[in-house]
Amino acid sequence: MPHVRLTRLSDDELIERLQQGAFAYLAAHANTDNGLIADTSRPGSPSSIAVVGMALTCYPVAVQRGWMTRRAAAALARTTLSFLWDSPQGEQPDASGYQGFFYHFLDMRSGRRVWHCELSVIDTALLMAGVLAAGRFFDGDAPDEPQVRALSEALYRRVDWAWVLHEGTLAQGWKPECGFLHYGWEGYNEATILYVLALGSPTHAPAADAFAAWTLTYQWENQLGRDVLHSGPLFTHLFSHAWIDFRGIRDAFMREKRSDYFENTRQAIAIQREYAARNPRACVGYGRDFWGITAGEGPYNLGTLPDLRQRRYLGYMARGVPFGPDDGTIAPWAMLACLPFDAEAALRGTRQLLEHHPQICPEDKFLSGFNPTAAVDGDPWVSQGWVGLDQGLLVMMIENHRSDLIWRLMRGSPPLRRGLKLAGFDGGWLR
Amino acid sequence: MTSPRAQPAYDLVVVGGGPAGLAAIDAALELGLRCALVERDRLGGNSLQTGSVPSKSLIRSALAVESARGSQLFEAMRGFAGGVDFAAVMARMRTIRARIGEFHAPERLTARGVEVFFCDARFVDPRSVAAGAATLSFKKAVVATGARPAQSDIPGLAQLGYLTSSTIFDLAELPHRLGVIGGGPLGCELAQAFARLGSRVSIIQNEPKFLPEEERDAAELLSLSLSRDGVETRLNTTVTGARAKHGARVIDTTNNDVHASIEVDQILLSVGRVPNVEALDLGAAAIDVDAAGIRVDEHLRTSNARVYAAGDVCMRRQFTNVAARTGRMAVRNAFGAARARHDRLLIPWCTYTDPEIAHLGLHAREAREQGIPVKTYTILMQDVDRAIIDAQDRGFVKIHVREGTDEILGASIVAARASEMINEMSVIMNAGIGMRALAEMLHAYPAQSDAIRQAAVAFRLNAAVNSRP
Repeated sequence: MPHVRLTRLSDDELIERLQQGAFAYLAAHANTDNGLIADTSRPGSPSSIAVVGMALTCYPVAVQRGWMTRRAAAALARTTLSFLWDSPQGEQPDASGYQGFFYHFLDMRSGRRVWHCELSVIDTALLMAGVLAAGRFFDGDAPDEPQVRALSEALYRRVDWAWVLHEGTLAQGWKPECGFLHYGWEGYNEATILYVLALGSPTHAPAADAFAAWTLTYQWENQLGRDVLHSGPLFTHLFSHAWIDFRGIRDAFMREKRSDYFENTRQAIAIQREYAARNPRACVGYGRDFWGITAGEGPYNLGTLPDLRQRRYLGYMARGVPFGPDDGTIAPWAMLACLPFDAEAALRGTRQLLEHHPQICPEDKFLSGFNPTAAVDGDPWVSQGWVGLDQGLLVMMIENHRSDLIWRLMRGSPPLRRGLKLAGFDGGWLR
Repeated sequence: MTSPRAQPAYDLVVVGGGPAGLAAIDAALELGLRCALVERDRLGGNSLQTGSVPSKSLIRSALAVESARGSQLFEAMRGFAGGVDFAAVMARMRTIRARIGEFHAPERLTARGVEVFFCDARFVDPRSVAAGAATLSFKKAVVATGARPAQSDIPGLAQLGYLTSSTIFDLAELPHRLGVIGGGPLGCELAQAFARLGSRVSIIQNEPKFLPEEERDAAELLSLSLSRDGVETRLNTTVTGARAKHGARVIDTTNNDVHASIEVDQILLSVGRVPNVEALDLGAAAIDVDAAGIRVDEHLRTSNARVYAAGDVCMRRQFTNVAARTGRMAVRNAFGAARARHDRLLIPWCTYTDPEIAHLGLHAREAREQGIPVKTYTILMQDVDRAIIDAQDRGFVKIHVREGTDEILGASIVAARASEMINEMSVIMNAGIGMRALAEMLHAYPAQSDAIRQAAVAFRLNAAVNSRP
């Protein structure tokens, strides 16, 4: 495709171009020797296991779109899964993982734990979602495909989800230096995929009431005139949905509320737009087509602007709506990631952003954070470089909008189906 | 056969002259009882001496400083950079305390026929209390001796010295650097107030959030407010020790596997309260007690049927309003004028940070744990005209409603004036007013409490939408 200005493209062309741009991040920041993907584009960045999980899910997309041959994709998936399987597991502080889980960040070459980071329960879930997706997609007898399936099953079966059951719900992490981390999950968030995959385990499932224990902390609220299962940051309404097609399936909570998690994300998007339109903190740019308030990078302590309000910038922060925190930072990729839920809103916002602020999408890849309220020498603040999670999520969400590919793959995944049923989901495609 | 006993000298003896004890006396006088009060210090209790009154006085001064310093709000005050006269702040606090203390002058009680003994009290047997040299026999007694700040078990801290809510209001100088251990209501209130008055404040909380009893959104708003005021917040952090270093105090902490040290000039320990029971010789009167305080049944009766307890010495919720109410309830129950249950009380409470954080009734989570389908109607203060006018537009009103009905189960309010607004909710809930009726009630305009009406209007709109075919 000739390199024309993004905003001149038709919707279909624009979506294709931005999806390919996002995938290009994964391709460019992979270590093809072991399949690990860099967390960010910054030099020396370690790998994030969640990004690896997304990449494993994106290879089928790339095959479908003709960006990779099936054979090359299968080989890369096999390389990744083999490396993960062979990486050291154990209590030693420089292992790659323990009890089947993996550390949040791994060295790009050795695959060993870096930064004294935590054994991450949610990021292992995102990794395993990708492991299972690859196992579903590579279903043939061509070279590498049987091995991908076998490794996929082995990796998933190895994770001891029951081990992280802590006071009735799943712990967030563990460190060899101090044991389980002392953080609580309270309220709805991105963890649905974690509970579903944990419950679906044929080997190490926690008690099924762990999901019910977590959902007891849910808050069903009428906010800005809309009913929503509340969670502030937009990404929490997207991550589980990248793999799970929540249309028409309901757990006990959603049956009670006569909604479903897909519809809930639609409501969360509408609340983001309404909040941005009301713009209570007088942030520059905010409006019904300028939103995407979520966790991510942002400006830090630039001081007080000549404004009637005292401002403080929050750096890396889980920003959210409608309670905040909100310092005027949006994630430029986030509106487009909402394509499956509200295509019109996603495209209107994305087009407006690209029209007025093309600098947020260099090389067809969205930057992580953008804040026109925090101007540096007159230019809106933008984050440096790209973040793997943003790119992986975007590839997946765009594909679900275009073809349902990932949703279809995962609808056929026995562990996912089993986990959903044990969590009390019913109806729709799960019947 | 029991030996004949002398007629008790008093219908009622009350031990402790704080909010619970004074309310007990008022209730007794209403019933025409002959009563005595034993108080070992001054009337008014913690609330007056070291609790609500001094802390809120300090908080008000701090708010004045913040309003002036945050002068972007008001053009007329732009450029204010004046220092804070801490001595004047404390003098104002003492003046307020003295003025309010006047209401509790012992002469007012003696004029009403109450015999007041200023001395320690201890039970002699199940029917009498020694008050100094006197022995006071009673038909009924109410123990209302309150609670005091818990002492430290942090290695090194006792030797190093620290402040509690009992001593911090005696400070003569503003600490340059203040370390606050404990992120409950008092710790958060004073951390913010001292930061606004000019201290560099670090607050250390061993839980994932401040105010663990409050909902996540409230606690997160508070975290941000503290940060905005320059308080260094350390959540999930345990204090492992304290030591001296070059004339300063050092607090050693651990957050999972991360160890750190904070250098401060003064340390405020705010990690809960313990009941005042040790000096009472409760065993002599067969009154059961455990670590949480005197054990009472739902009617506030102790294991000695003649003796009731009230306030902080026996209640989990250690608030002045609870103390006063249970003091009254204890007397009325004891003399058969009522048979009220303390566990049925609808208790509004408030943490006086800026914004204030108030609650009443059930949290959404508690409702769900009880199997009650609950829906929360949320109004943001940023959508309330008066809050915008006042530049106090951070926070929310959440009203929790039993789904399918208009019954109000509880309310959580984060707002500059949440303490006032929660009282409106208390009236509403105690009167059994539902969301439909509330939506029809006129509120003065503009007022921050209009957020409550707006929540009810949101309910009405929602009900209309949901009832469409």
